[in-house]
Amino acid sequence: MLSSEQIKNFIAQGLPCEILEVRGDDGQHFEAMVVSSAFVGKNKVQQHQLVYRALGDRMRQEIHALSLRTFTPEAWAAVNN
Amino acid sequence: MDVQEKIRTQVTANPVVLYMKGTPQFPQCGFSGMAVQILKACGAEYVAVDVLTDPEIREGIKIYANWPTIPQLYINGEFVGGADIMRELYESNELQEMLA
Repeated sequence: MLSSEQIKNFIAQGLPCEILEVRGDDGQHFEAMVVSSAFVGKNKVQQHQLVYRALGDRMRQEIHALSLRTFTPEAWAAVNN
Repeated sequence: MDVQEKIRTQVTANPVVLYMKGTPQFPQCGFSGMAVQILKACGAEYVAVDVLTDPEIREGIKIYANWPTIPQLYINGEFVGGADIMRELYESNELQEMLA
């Protein structure tokens, strides 16, 4: 069973992130919040696809539900002030 | 007709298509249920495809959109997103405009 810590590491290994938080303790349902400059110039679908690509096959087999919130550093700054 | 062709036909022949688990009346997954609620709140007309009744479509759609999960919303043949993105677009009123 996967832990949110493992998910966090998988994402971090596959995608350079400024901020990365992963919650979820039932092994199946997770929530990830990712801020990365790799998202700049990409629409929401493309941003999420980058996270899914970092997770690779685990996303298809072991992770049933992963809610994603993705931001560019600029969008994250705007949300926060 | 292979499954990718079948999907391409479905999403281009109908302006709004939701691939989901279950039906709008009986969604079989929380995320699919959320997608149905969002479309209902938009008052949108759409074609729902229950991927649980067709394993080929269930896997084929993930390849088609390069997106590993269900539900998936298509508007005018274009993949719009899953439940998260639908909610974000709904909250920013973009989804309502796309469906108008």
